Amino acid sequence: MDAFIEGWVAVHGDGRDQLLPLLHAVQEEAGYIDDALVPAIARALNLSRADVHGVVTFYHDFRRTAPGRHVVKLCRAESCQARGGAAIEVEAAQRLGVAMGDTRADGQVSLEPVYCLGLCAIGPNALVDGRPVARIDAAALDRIALEVAA
Amino acid sequence: MTRVYVSGDMASVALGADDVARAFADAGCEVVRTGSRGLFSIEPLVEVETAAGRIGYGPITSADAAAVLAGTHPARFGPVDELPFFASQQRFTFARCGVIDPLSLADYAAHGGWKGLEAARALSPQLVVDAVMGSGLRGRGGAGFPTGIKWQTVLDAPASPKYIVCNADEGDSGTFADRMLMEGDPYCLIEGMAIAAHAVGAAHGYIYIRSEYPFACSTMRAAIEASAHLVAPFTLEVREGAGAYVCGEETALLDSIEGKRGQVRAKPPLPAIKGLFGQPTVINNVLSLAAVPFILAEGAEAYAAVGFGRSRGTMPVQLAGNVQHGGLYEIGFGVTLGELVNDIGGGTASGRPVRAVQVGGPLGAYFPPSMFHLPFDYEAFAQAGGLIGHAGITVFDDGVDMAHMARFAMEFCAAESCGKCTPCRIGSTRGVEIMDRIIAARDSATAVRPEPVEGRARASTGSARTEGGYLGKALYSRAPDRIDVSLEAQTTLLRDLADTMKYGSLCALGGFTPYPVLSALDYFPEDFGATAPIKEAAE
Repeated sequence: MDAFIEGWVAVHGDGRDQLLPLLHAVQEEAGYIDDALVPAIARALNLSRADVHGVVTFYHDFRRTAPGRHVVKLCRAESCQARGGAAIEVEAAQRLGVAMGDTRADGQVSLEPVYCLGLCAIGPNALVDGRPVARIDAAALDRIALEVAA
Repeated sequence: MTRVYVSGDMASVALGADDVARAFADAGCEVVRTGSRGLFSIEPLVEVETAAGRIGYGPITSADAAAVLAGTHPARFGPVDELPFFASQQRFTFARCGVIDPLSLADYAAHGGWKGLEAARALSPQLVVDAVMGSGLRGRGGAGFPTGIKWQTVLDAPASPKYIVCNADEGDSGTFADRMLMEGDPYCLIEGMAIAAHAVGAAHGYIYIRSEYPFACSTMRAAIEASAHLVAPFTLEVREGAGAYVCGEETALLDSIEGKRGQVRAKPPLPAIKGLFGQPTVINNVLSLAAVPFILAEGAEAYAAVGFGRSRGTMPVQLAGNVQHGGLYEIGFGVTLGELVNDIGGGTASGRPVRAVQVGGPLGAYFPPSMFHLPFDYEAFAQAGGLIGHAGITVFDDGVDMAHMARFAMEFCAAESCGKCTPCRIGSTRGVEIMDRIIAARDSATAVRPEPVEGRARASTGSARTEGGYLGKALYSRAPDRIDVSLEAQTTLLRDLADTMKYGSLCALGGFTPYPVLSALDYFPEDFGATAPIKEAAE
């Protein structure tokens, strides 16, 4: 990954404002931002390790451990709650066999909370491996469970 | 070859529009992917181009292609513009959304695009600022600050370089106007930013888009590349957020672009004087910037002619949550809350009575139907103890537990607090604990128990047993017998905490979280275990 970081900085520059774009790129490439990469990222942008660690841990998007092979992001915000989101959240955790905010022990699926996808009149909503899914009901959860079993 | 229009908006795709588009392509049609028209009960929507104009069908599935092309499908409703939901709108900002191919420069130009920028470039910067000032445009992000005054401050600032920053970190639940505009008419935002750049003398701009909007990010990036020659020498780039709600606060957003933790800055200095990288910065919401091309093209008077009181122009209202006809409804200020929810939105999707609406996202107040006479106007909402915010209206039916919603408001604030100021960082966590005690006391008061026990002990044992986890520990670590967990004491404590958060927080996250909490308590006291109204509603 060190070569990836150096290459990325060579293209996009090493200004401090490139930290978030670089973290996004590292996560896209490796799936998560391993603590072991923090020194290399800090060196590439001439920042302290503490500084990089502070940014990585501030933002909900950045993961410090590997996610499951599939990631289901389920909306917990008010508009989805108004459409039965809380019950769907409980049911989703049961069907997928993983608690909200966790990765299943076999590494197959992560269930993550998201606060609003901007699809607020057709909830409850989710992103399944980046694909938006609306009006989630029991049948939709069955389909999602099948999808992430693959 | 028959031309059909299918929305490529994230909401339409979530409802299956990609499959529909593929079915029509397989049937030999020329498929044009547009943005969304903005009414989700007819999505996925297919519009077929005919001699009599575009004929709409919706909702449609991929199996319906043949029937739609034969013109016999029962979901045929004719021209979209003639549906009551659209016929009564005043689409200034969203005129092109859902109509054009979002990335087609030819379509944009053919529908009045770039006229505002041309007009602006023929004027001196001061005259452009004057036009925006004269339109009465106020910041559409929520605060309602006059956009013209902000621009004037940046124009007058001597420092250079200056920046234009678009706040597209639309994190409020119940809002999606920014997303729809960026996906459906991205050049409109680019044109607005180019006009702002001309008006204040900026050379570079940033669009900070939340990562939850992947479609908007890719559409804006493509649009920036395609239109670079038209806005040059002004340049633009997209910066993607990373899931922090607080970055919608303008100074936290600036820190985030600078590569830092998205923590709120103390003001002053204002961003207009010392903003991004310490330079004078125009930071405006997507809808504010997207309103500017109309103002320059059609004149400030045309924009200001619509509206109510000091709220001029139109507002893209977003009807969300448990509502029958959810979507985007752009209308001049002054329309009442009741008209929006009942007449336009058609009441709840579940068919049950409306119990509450939250206006303005997670930091907005909950209003009962008795407040539906409120006109949509910054001042009227402020006076009623609420806010318009980004004009999202989330509808709840009578199944909602308002104490639970108040708890959620605190929980959300705790999860999203940037941590810089104490009232927000600590207050939100204490707020969750208070709400847990209120809910536990309420539930144990109503539960049928074989051996009724005395109030205080009842509440603490009840919550410790049912809640466990951190709450149980929190209660025990602070000697539960020393905490007065009665409803009355906890409610008083909640109001006291809300007061501290409201007046002591650095930004609107901690400062406005009391709005949903206290409005829920004031308008729905029965959900907080009160037998009589705690306070007269609607004074």
